[in-house]
Amino acid sequence: MLASLFAGIFYIAALIFVIGVGRKIIQYARTPAPLKIPTTPAPVTQTGVVLRMIREIVLFSSLFKANKWTWIFGWLFHFGLLLAFFRHLRYTMTPDALLWPLVSFDLVQSFGRYASFIMFIGLVGLLGRRFFVDRVRYISAPSDYLMLLLLLTIAGTGMLMSFVAHPDIIMLKEFVLGLLRFEVKPLPTDGLLLVHLSLVALLMVIFPISKLLHAPGLFFSPSRNQVDNPREKRHLASWAAKFDADQS
Amino acid sequence: MAEYEIPELREIPIIPKIKEGVMAHSSPFVAKAPIQTAIGFPGELVDNWEGKLLDKMDDLRGRYRSLQVYLDSCVKCGACTDKCHYFLGTSDPKNMPVARQDLMRKVYRRYKTFAGKFWGKLGMPWMVGAAELNKDVLDDWYSYFHQCSQCRRCSVYCPYGIDTAEISMAAREMMDSVGVGQKYCNEIIGKAQTVGNNLGLPQPALYDTLEGLEEEVEEDTGVAVKFPIDKKGSDILLVTPSADFFAEPHVDGLIGYAKVFHEAGASWTLSSHASEAANFGMFIGSYENMRTLSQRVRKAALDLGVKRIIFGECGHAWRVAYSFLNTLAGPWDFLDQNYPIPQHICEYTYDLIQNDKIKFDKSENDHMTITFHDSCNVARASRMGDKPGGQFDIPRAVIKAACNNYVDMPEDTIKEATFCCGGGGGILTDDLMEIRVKGAQPRMEAYKRVVEEKGVTNLAAICAICKAQFSKVLPYYGFGMTDIISVHQLVGDALILSDAAGDDDSDDSDGEE
Ligand code: SF4
Ligand code: SF4
Repeated sequence: MLASLFAGIFYIAALIFVIGVGRKIIQYARTPAPLKIPTTPAPVTQTGVVLRMIREIVLFSSLFKANKWTWIFGWLFHFGLLLAFFRHLRYTMTPDALLWPLVSFDLVQSFGRYASFIMFIGLVGLLGRRFFVDRVRYISAPSDYLMLLLLLTIAGTGMLMSFVAHPDIIMLKEFVLGLLRFEVKPLPTDGLLLVHLSLVALLMVIFPISKLLHAPGLFFSPSRNQVDNPREKRHLASWAAKFDADQS
Repeated sequence: MAEYEIPELREIPIIPKIKEGVMAHSSPFVAKAPIQTAIGFPGELVDNWEGKLLDKMDDLRGRYRSLQVYLDSCVKCGACTDKCHYFLGTSDPKNMPVARQDLMRKVYRRYKTFAGKFWGKLGMPWMVGAAELNKDVLDDWYSYFHQCSQCRRCSVYCPYGIDTAEISMAAREMMDSVGVGQKYCNEIIGKAQTVGNNLGLPQPALYDTLEGLEEEVEEDTGVAVKFPIDKKGSDILLVTPSADFFAEPHVDGLIGYAKVFHEAGASWTLSSHASEAANFGMFIGSYENMRTLSQRVRKAALDLGVKRIIFGECGHAWRVAYSFLNTLAGPWDFLDQNYPIPQHICEYTYDLIQNDKIKFDKSENDHMTITFHDSCNVARASRMGDKPGGQFDIPRAVIKAACNNYVDMPEDTIKEATFCCGGGGGILTDDLMEIRVKGAQPRMEAYKRVVEEKGVTNLAAICAICKAQFSKVLPYYGFGMTDIISVHQLVGDALILSDAAGDDDSDDSDGEE
């Protein structure tokens, strides 16, 4: 019963997530960027742009320039999240899976245990800034606080399960592997786990309708992903090309 | 001097505490119907403007990826909140870049996203940072989207590169589309589209002015430096902001360009049809108007049969020229492909310096110690030369070739971090004097530091707006209005005019290879 409910929740959440984010990505990709607007100095080659994007994604280089506190808290949180993600992958595959070596990688599994702490510190820092810095408080809506609370609760319940009250991991893994094969296997009736899972599902659902869209957004930001070569190469969007055609 | 407080210049600038609503009263004169209709907008606020504004939002979201992505992506991290000179100078939180964007984002969220519609129906749109659209919101838009100089400083620091300039351009276009336009910008666009320049100087006035300049320079130097205009068959078309024809210190820059061309033996001409480098179509986000204006440059180049196009000192003009001209008025296959199209006058002078084609007597500028103000749109929206950052190095190299005494302002106020002069983006108008003065504070603080610590006497710039703005606001801060000078004034004053150069018809020039 419980297992079916959660299986249902996860299928729906996953569907909303994939379709929602997918539609957004398609929208971004289809919308033309009619003018060259990279924030300069910008790379003059495509390779340069790839490097610029990597610096932004891996190091948050612009944020680093802007504000060291926001940078350190934001980066810690995202790094913790990445670690946690890798560590969770072990629930989705058996040792014969192709990616298993990566997942069972010592660093991920041992260091990954502390991912929740790293996330937690980052999130608390960000929440603190939202509360105490008057400028950031001014621009914050309730949803901005709730987003942080949601993530904090996910990290917190995860942390408790790792270090205090361990749920039945083997059973959980069976459940997840079952989901991947469209079979409903029993789910541990562990309060912490159920909260953790529900909130993760909620996160997936609100992803495509919230500021979490910054993740795909970054890749499509013209001020970051354009090559600085407007004099060398004529840049023309489809709708703008019509003016040229009308004229001749 | 004014009925508002002039900000103090502090030793160590600290970020101000926010003071809500202190600049809400600042908004520019509204354009009257004839001005609006002349450039294709309704004359006054249309019926059902809310719906039409939202339709325009959809139209623009569908045409500009930047707008759509930026409206969705902001995480309210606050990294940009202390980066805008208008916030630093006024403490009004709606001048924080993210809050300025939010004026539009709230409406977008309320009417165009699931979260906003959902909470809106429950009467609580503020839960998710959404808000109803009403006349108060429109008034806020009009006020605060005209307190943004579209300088892009915020976009440097945003982790997603969100550029508030894009949002304010879109906002102005949306307001124009429902009949609410700014008098200053829209009147100028009309003039530039009919007369050919922002000042509305007709052809005879231009001819007169240039003749006067020829006499003046000959008297000064004994050399017959020409200021040709509408001269068919010239090699180079110079497009320069119309302020260069008569305003101080702009005109000294124009004299500088003429001397450089003369010394290089170049064949060049101005054009009365394209007697304006600035393109105010950009300020109001109007692709169509921007394109119409750019096409004048194309027509002038074709009619005069030139081989190259060079732009004079102007920041936003250089952005449109460098980044957009190829798009708006290209392809330029009829021009000489051996030169960048278009080229900046600083690039041109720099090449001559590199190739030892011109010489300077730097001591002519010894009575000054110069610092350079990086104009925002040159710094963050364009380039010079073939390397990223050339827009910083080339003007400095040109200045240093002509001057012995040069000092930079503090590192966090120059180059990509440069502070706008406070008058860019279509707000260089007397009805916005308060925001112009306050927005100049961060730049003035940086200038004060080098004046006091390094004995700097003058501020050089390569932008018509910066020059006009500084000559107006410098006195508010206790500096001389003539502290601001054109880079090519320095060049012109120190340039050695070789004696032989008596006429400009020696067309086998070494400006060409
Ligand atoms: S573009 Fe410049 S003026 Fe506009 S919000 Fe950003 S920093 Fe301020
Ligand atoms: S820096 Fe960018 S993401 Fe952060 S608040 Fe400003 S606009 Fe939003």
